[in-house]
Amino acid sequence: MKQWRFEISSKQGFPDVGGRDVLEDIRQLNIDSVEDVVSEKVYLIEADFDRAFAERVAGELLSDSVCQDWHIGKSGVPAGPMAATLIEVHLKSGVTDPAAESVRAALSDMGAGKVDSVRTARKYVLLGTVSDAERETIARRILANDCIEDVIYPGAPGDADPPSPHVEPYQMKLTEIPICGLSDAQLMQISKEKDMFLNLKEMQTIQAYYCDLDREPTDVELETLAQTWSEHCVHKTLKSSVDMELDGKKIHFDNLIKETIFRATKDLNKNWCISVFADNAGVIEFDDEHAVCFKVETHNHPSALDPYGGAATGIGGVIRDPMGTGMGAMPVANTDIFCFARPDMKLEDVPKGVLHPRRIMKGVVAGVRDYGNRMGIPTVNGALYFDDRYLSNPLVFCGNVGLIPRQKCFKNPQAGNLVIVVGGRTGRDGIHGATFSSGEMTHEHETIFSHAVQIGNAITEKKMLDTLLQARDANLYEAITDCGAGGLSSAVGEMGEKLGAEVDLEKVPLKYAGLSYTEIWISEAQERMVIAVKPENLDAIMAIFNAENVEATVIGQFTGDKKLTLRYNGTQVGQLEMDFLHEGICKYDRKAKWETKKLSEPVLPEKDNYNDDLHKILSSYNVASKEWVIRQYDHEVQGGSVIKPLMGTDNDGPMDAAVIRPKYEHDKGVSLSCGMNPCYGDIDPYWMALAGIDEAIRNLVCVGTNPERIALLDNYCWGDCTRPEMLGALVRASQACYDGAMGFGAPFISGKDSLNNEFVCDDGTRIAIPYTLLISAIGLVDDINTCVTMDAKQPGNLIFAVGLTKNELGGSHFYKVNGELGANVPKTDVKSAAQTAKRIHKAIITGLVRSCHDCSEGGLAVALAEMAFAGGYGIEADLRGLPASDDCMKTDSLLFSESNSRYLVEVDPPNYDAFARLMLNIPFGQVGEVIKDKKLLIHNGIQKTVIDVELNALKAAWQKPLAW
Amino acid sequence: MDNVKAIVLRAAGINCDMETEHALRLAGAQAERIHINRVIDNPAMLDNYQIMVFPGGFSYGDDVAAGKILANQVVRHLSDILHKFIEDGKLVLGICNGFQVMIKTGIVPGLNGAGALSLTEHVVTLTNNDSGKFEDRWVYLLPGAERCVFVEPGKRIYLPIAHGEGKIVTNNEDTLNRMKQQGLVAFRYVDADGNEGGFPVNPNGSQDSIAALTDLTGRAMGMMPHPERCVRWTQHPHWTRLKNREGFADGMTIFANAVNYVKENF
Repeated sequence: MKQWRFEISSKQGFPDVGGRDVLEDIRQLNIDSVEDVVSEKVYLIEADFDRAFAERVAGELLSDSVCQDWHIGKSGVPAGPMAATLIEVHLKSGVTDPAAESVRAALSDMGAGKVDSVRTARKYVLLGTVSDAERETIARRILANDCIEDVIYPGAPGDADPPSPHVEPYQMKLTEIPICGLSDAQLMQISKEKDMFLNLKEMQTIQAYYCDLDREPTDVELETLAQTWSEHCVHKTLKSSVDMELDGKKIHFDNLIKETIFRATKDLNKNWCISVFADNAGVIEFDDEHAVCFKVETHNHPSALDPYGGAATGIGGVIRDPMGTGMGAMPVANTDIFCFARPDMKLEDVPKGVLHPRRIMKGVVAGVRDYGNRMGIPTVNGALYFDDRYLSNPLVFCGNVGLIPRQKCFKNPQAGNLVIVVGGRTGRDGIHGATFSSGEMTHEHETIFSHAVQIGNAITEKKMLDTLLQARDANLYEAITDCGAGGLSSAVGEMGEKLGAEVDLEKVPLKYAGLSYTEIWISEAQERMVIAVKPENLDAIMAIFNAENVEATVIGQFTGDKKLTLRYNGTQVGQLEMDFLHEGICKYDRKAKWETKKLSEPVLPEKDNYNDDLHKILSSYNVASKEWVIRQYDHEVQGGSVIKPLMGTDNDGPMDAAVIRPKYEHDKGVSLSCGMNPCYGDIDPYWMALAGIDEAIRNLVCVGTNPERIALLDNYCWGDCTRPEMLGALVRASQACYDGAMGFGAPFISGKDSLNNEFVCDDGTRIAIPYTLLISAIGLVDDINTCVTMDAKQPGNLIFAVGLTKNELGGSHFYKVNGELGANVPKTDVKSAAQTAKRIHKAIITGLVRSCHDCSEGGLAVALAEMAFAGGYGIEADLRGLPASDDCMKTDSLLFSESNSRYLVEVDPPNYDAFARLMLNIPFGQVGEVIKDKKLLIHNGIQKTVIDVELNALKAAWQKPLAW
Repeated sequence: MDNVKAIVLRAAGINCDMETEHALRLAGAQAERIHINRVIDNPAMLDNYQIMVFPGGFSYGDDVAAGKILANQVVRHLSDILHKFIEDGKLVLGICNGFQVMIKTGIVPGLNGAGALSLTEHVVTLTNNDSGKFEDRWVYLLPGAERCVFVEPGKRIYLPIAHGEGKIVTNNEDTLNRMKQQGLVAFRYVDADGNEGGFPVNPNGSQDSIAALTDLTGRAMGMMPHPERCVRWTQHPHWTRLKNREGFADGMTIFANAVNYVKENF
């Protein structure tokens, strides 16, 4: 077999955008000696064809005759006076190469005969004098990721060959791990050595189980237990019993989550909730025929190591949640929320083993972009939050909404059903992802856990989705779930929980040889789903998969003996009681403690005007325009977008929530939003959580959502909860979730937590992330034609403020830009907030509202500025019209207080009376008027103008920080 | 004929097939989404249709280059039947990834002759946006070709683009001049007043602001913008600001013209 090497480069005169981007990144590193960068694509193909055919492959398939040149073989340093350095980036052996499969298919279409392997690589030519150290920095910091890629310097001393695509075949060897009779210390050593992250109590439970059975566990049995019992999979912290001490007062929970978040859902008992906290996503009614399901997951640890791959598989994974809910939903919308450190942080302030936040952000955005866009699912909602405590633990939340027929909302696997794995092949990628993501990160994670990183291939998932929906509608399977964390181990283990299952592991199709039975079982290779199929439906379902080149393989069956039996080539390699696997995990008692912080309000002098503060807040990363990110996502595919992330006269105004119309048949809509404010958590996580709920709900209400039909999701990202103070904060937030859900009548339907988001630096210091609770909200819009946007519509229209402004600058952006935290965190009055939401909704659906915007980060002044520049009209306002509490007197509080539950509403003057009647008994007041003059003018009384700025300047300040 | 039939071709990674089918139905066609494997199994099935659409998406992940692998498949398996389809006077429309496929098969601009498919003899291609990244934004389009059946001469329309490889480049000035002289430029990117301009008016840096190309017959057209994403007013980014929201939105022009052409000519 001959190894062909093809190099594809841009023709003279045609721009090389890849090279240009790298050059820009090199300049960001302050390396000035590189004058230009040329990027090339490299294909390594092992095949039987001859030179003439290879030339056809180069000319017809791999290159574009208009703008690209091809070269067969290895080209050296380009001729010319300038010094040149070559760098090649190859995927490590065993890492999935998404392009390989497509190229293989195309080669087969060309009649290439036998093709052994296809690998792609990237080649860079750096022009200019580059030192060895600079070359190394450029390669490691910009071009390659050590986790998944190898760097080669062709022509340089020590030049290596690309990693081999071939792997040694696996020799079956049954491995037992003796644990009976081991001491506690020895048990913990095994847990640590095998990256199982099981604690002593769990190891002891396992030890006792095997001592009773009078045998030792096999490696695959221990691994299965470790996956199934991982924090990531069972959420043992939130389910534990907690003794809480709140300011000295004792509170006991038998099961924390059941008595807070779940309890609200139970107490509210909404008949439109179809399936909550039971399946891969929460399911609520949409119309008579369909339901919608919603799930948000985090993919933090993998994204810290490999931002692109981690984020791509984050979105890829969460898309499989609705696909694996009930009998499978069709994904209709994505949502993405990221938390990073400031992207302009100095390179030397980034600890060892951590990627620079700008690189993480660019990689994460690109990963979500490439996967989400390829899946053809619109990314309609999102948020970015910046805080330096996310430096070593960036947070990547990915969510997906699916549409599912009402009669397909539940699974029904039965004994005798075949276990079929569909979609991608299994490789060594993503081993120990579930356990790894349950532990804390250290500076050594970059090397130790490189195998936990997964590589996605969206097209494999899209093909699988296309065929699964056909199979679902033909009633050809009985149950479906995704292979997520824990791989087949979790998928088969969960689906067979009540039945038992036997699996022949050698039948699982592999990407390459060499995987042990344990690796096959716990691999978290992407794009795989497991279905349960009646034997009589096998031929029909396989025909559907074959018709569109989707791989599906019978690997076992569900038995009815309530045991999980694993075999490899006929040898039993593991057997576990389903009961022990799922119920054997010990229950935990934890201590939690929260003492309300003793903080004080700063004394800031009254200023003549606040133009500078407003500019600073608009330019702060959290408030600034996210257009650079949003434009890279396809938010209109499927043709359902109603409220897009950016609208207004120049399509650049920040909308409060997204609305889609998921069905072509009628005008009912689904709306999505989120709320999160880690800053408030620095004062009190209770009020932080409540503010998040209020924000998510009022965002939905602003665009026209029916507040009676809103459901919530919780995603906790926290630090190490074995510390009572850390858990205490989580308990406070959970109590707020209960109070918020009850107050608004908005049940939680799904959630997930990611704990241990801490980083241990090489000097031993720990960095924990701020308490981060993401509240995602999903709502129904009865008629999308009634939706409103936040951009000011018409000069002469009146602007009303609805909801009370209080002296609540604690944790605000105004304090932040002035270097303060404060004490008066916004406290939501849930009862009045719910009432206000209902009235606003009434006003919107009766057509009284021309635009509506919520007051959030940056308060009234920022909200008015955004309405004005989004609409292209000025606003003139007077703070005397603002309904404010008695203790809210100062100009800065009136302008920038972040009190919750407030709306700004634009009303046509003829509708004034009707609107005022609707707002009876709710704090509201006319604060201003839309004007032709493109200015934001805010007065505080006749003599005093406290804001006076041109809209262009405000918009520029808001757009500049992230206009990359 | 009243019974206009349209085929929307699916393939691995194609993802705008549903909304394209929906738009064709709104325009009065009987539209069906069919996987390319079925057409390769039975090419004669194309005889039943008068309109063929290559919809948007990321066929085969845009591996190698956008549309390239699907173009390879089309040329290897469907060259003859597609040639006949176009010769029979039928219509072919490519949107976004579909345009990329049509360019990379040579269906448009078809300078080698209408319906003559090829993978190599190209003088025009679609390559990376000047911005170097995928972008979703709205653009104004001004028709440039009188003859193209999909176009309503003089009518400026507003549609979204969503692509990373949408920049039209030609091998030389001559090719560009030939395309202009022969009336093959179906749409150009313009601003709200109808003038050409730099980024973002021309969102990808296309030569001569070209957004869409037709072939010599005017019956095959490929376009980067997505007409199927702007058939109802609530898809329009200014819909909450618009006073008049009667009838269909701008993108419907393309589908309605196609369906009406078939009605009148078959």
